[in-house]
Amino acid sequence: MTDPDSAPWEYVPAPESAGLAGLASEYRLFVDGTFSAGSGEKTTSVNPATTEELATVAGTANSDMDRAVEAASGAFRDRWGGLDGSARAKYLFRLARLLQERGRELAVLESLDTGKPVRQAREFDLPNAAAYFLHHAGWADKLDYAGFGPDPAPFGVVGQVLPWNFPLLTLAQQVAPALACGNTVVVKPAETTPLSALVFAELCQQADLPPGVVNILTGGAHTGEKLLSHPGVAKPAFVGSTEVGRRIRHRLAGTGRTPVLTLGGSGTNIVFADAPVEQAVQGVVDGAFFNQGHVRGAGSRVLVEESVAEEFVERVCERTATLRVGDPLDRNTDVGAVNSAAELDRITRLVETGEAEGARRWSSPHPLPERGYFLAPTVFSEVHQSMRLAREEVFGPVLSVLTFRIPEEAVTKANNTPHGLAAGVWSEKGSRTLWTANRLRTGVVWGNTFHRFDPTAPFGGERESGSDRVGGRAGLEAYLDV
Amino acid sequence: MSDAEQPSNGRGRVTVPRTRKLYIGGSFPRSESGRVRPVRDAHGEFLANAALASRKDLREAVVAARKGFESWSGATAHGRGQVLFRVAEMLEARRGQFATEVADAEGLSLRAAADSVETAVDRVFWYAGWTDKIGALFGSVNQVSGPYTCHSVPEPVGVVGVVAPRESALLGLVSVLAPVLAAGNSAVVLASPDRPLPAVTLCEVLATSDLPAGVANVLTGDPGELAPWLASHEDVDALDPSGAEESLRARLEDAAAETVKRVLDVPVREPDWNEPPTPKRLRTFTDLKTVWHPLGR
Repeated sequence: MTDPDSAPWEYVPAPESAGLAGLASEYRLFVDGTFSAGSGEKTTSVNPATTEELATVAGTANSDMDRAVEAASGAFRDRWGGLDGSARAKYLFRLARLLQERGRELAVLESLDTGKPVRQAREFDLPNAAAYFLHHAGWADKLDYAGFGPDPAPFGVVGQVLPWNFPLLTLAQQVAPALACGNTVVVKPAETTPLSALVFAELCQQADLPPGVVNILTGGAHTGEKLLSHPGVAKPAFVGSTEVGRRIRHRLAGTGRTPVLTLGGSGTNIVFADAPVEQAVQGVVDGAFFNQGHVRGAGSRVLVEESVAEEFVERVCERTATLRVGDPLDRNTDVGAVNSAAELDRITRLVETGEAEGARRWSSPHPLPERGYFLAPTVFSEVHQSMRLAREEVFGPVLSVLTFRIPEEAVTKANNTPHGLAAGVWSEKGSRTLWTANRLRTGVVWGNTFHRFDPTAPFGGERESGSDRVGGRAGLEAYLDV
Repeated sequence: MSDAEQPSNGRGRVTVPRTRKLYIGGSFPRSESGRVRPVRDAHGEFLANAALASRKDLREAVVAARKGFESWSGATAHGRGQVLFRVAEMLEARRGQFATEVADAEGLSLRAAADSVETAVDRVFWYAGWTDKIGALFGSVNQVSGPYTCHSVPEPVGVVGVVAPRESALLGLVSVLAPVLAAGNSAVVLASPDRPLPAVTLCEVLATSDLPAGVANVLTGDPGELAPWLASHEDVDALDPSGAEESLRARLEDAAAETVKRVLDVPVREPDWNEPPTPKRLRTFTDLKTVWHPLGR
């Protein structure tokens, strides 16, 4: 917590009670509709804002995984695959309602487990998670009209490995369409953030979802890769880094199973001289630091037209300096904790490399808590294309500024990465925004806005960001055998 | 051996044979390797020598395809349709020649070969009509909750590597090439190794149909030698392994994994190309771009 006397203005801390999370001391696997201890090695989940242990989490042994895949397979065969679309729709609707009803509890739990500001979990993660279930509830009995021909078939058992940045939201984005399309799922949340998924399992019980339709296993990368290559999994799905996605593709080559891949890739904001400055500054800062920069397609690079670059960077730093960094459970907090010690270490090294490669570093003077995995929001200017900062996926609260002179140069620089997930374009001139949007090799382009997500709007990348979509009609394709 | 290709046509005249070459960047070069391979008909009779493309030819074809992609993807959908309709017209006009070549290549009766050629013409015609409807088919206006306009539009993925069907020398070939081009992509095609002559003649059709140079590039040779390089090439955006033998599939998928390249899901056994196509290939070879913009006064 910051010393109020040292700040130019005072914020009274507005802490959310950790007790609302209803934290249990132990979390167990969810297989075939019941919780079980699991035969694997137990782990602990840590609060990254305090480094304190939150709870003990059961571990998945091979026998547990076989049991989960078998349960999912049996549920597909006997209880879910042949179920009427309208019945599936109502189960999804129930899950959406339960997510809304227990939204506050889950938001606090999500904040504790991930380090993200509770305000964001409450206002963004939870409402969106519920929205994905609601949207897909509507699809479950309308698949004939999704554009894949009459009566499109599901795959059967889907194995899903999820990331730690938006644990519950990515679960909703993957589980909702999979179930709507008539598949059953075995889900493995990230090792560092498994708690909300295991509470979601409770929701499945409360919704009276037939046993085996949703199964949740815990564990690390090893368990995840085992699940994705399990012979009983008809459709493996992975949300996470390109590096792991590539490994999974190699492993599955020749098996006849193509994984659903929704991968990473830093995004780029392009700021033209005629941009609406206030909105652009806000959008760029938000793009880079929302969720501590732990966002697929975060605006970790900004390309600014040279004539306005100096002033723009100044204003970005000014605005960034007002972001409150610290206790995620304080509702005033804008930037919370980095998710784990390993991530903090990785981002810190990237920042050091940036300095070593000659970029100019500015970091927010906001005091950081003494404990926990925190990193001050950082802006690098004088960044060049060849630097690692500009090429790698940053996935942390670090923004790199590059400049351009003409629109063609902006497009070339923005496209000069193997990824292609998201970009922002800032200009008051509509024709220029659309011209730029046409030429960007990304799956999403935000004009005069950034980080907009909606279950009706297909989201996903091109090239090494993986080409599958979540949301909308296009998002259904991942979970239909068409 | 077909009449047109006989060294002597029976009336004593000695005919002028055609040299079969590669098709790269709108030109017809020999393989830089200087290699050729004899092509025989279904009964083992010698038909002609076809170029045996090398890895260097493949690299040049990818460079040409990238250039071709710039002009082709920049053209209007209407314009792309016009060019593909023209391809159908030119195919129609040379139906007789193709029927003979297909009969030789596939060992069909002339009548059956003519049927197959007619279906191939219709196939190109069908895809030509799709060019300006792909947006309506795959695109959407997204009803997002908030003061934004949001739409999703399909865009071509880029350069597509195509391993053409081994058995169906013309109908199979156009069934895999036409959707790639109709969706706005450029293509590097590895023709059927044992039945490459209709593919070579198709290139002559393409070259005279206002298709910009480099949009379609066709290599004859050994897919077993070239396809893995096509699959792993960093500047190839997607792969259609239709004609790859089963023994090659895992290797291609592994090579494509390195760049997380999209690989069309196709059966190992060659399908009956007479079956009416679906828009699946068009969908696979497009990327969907979602664009948001706020509404405001």
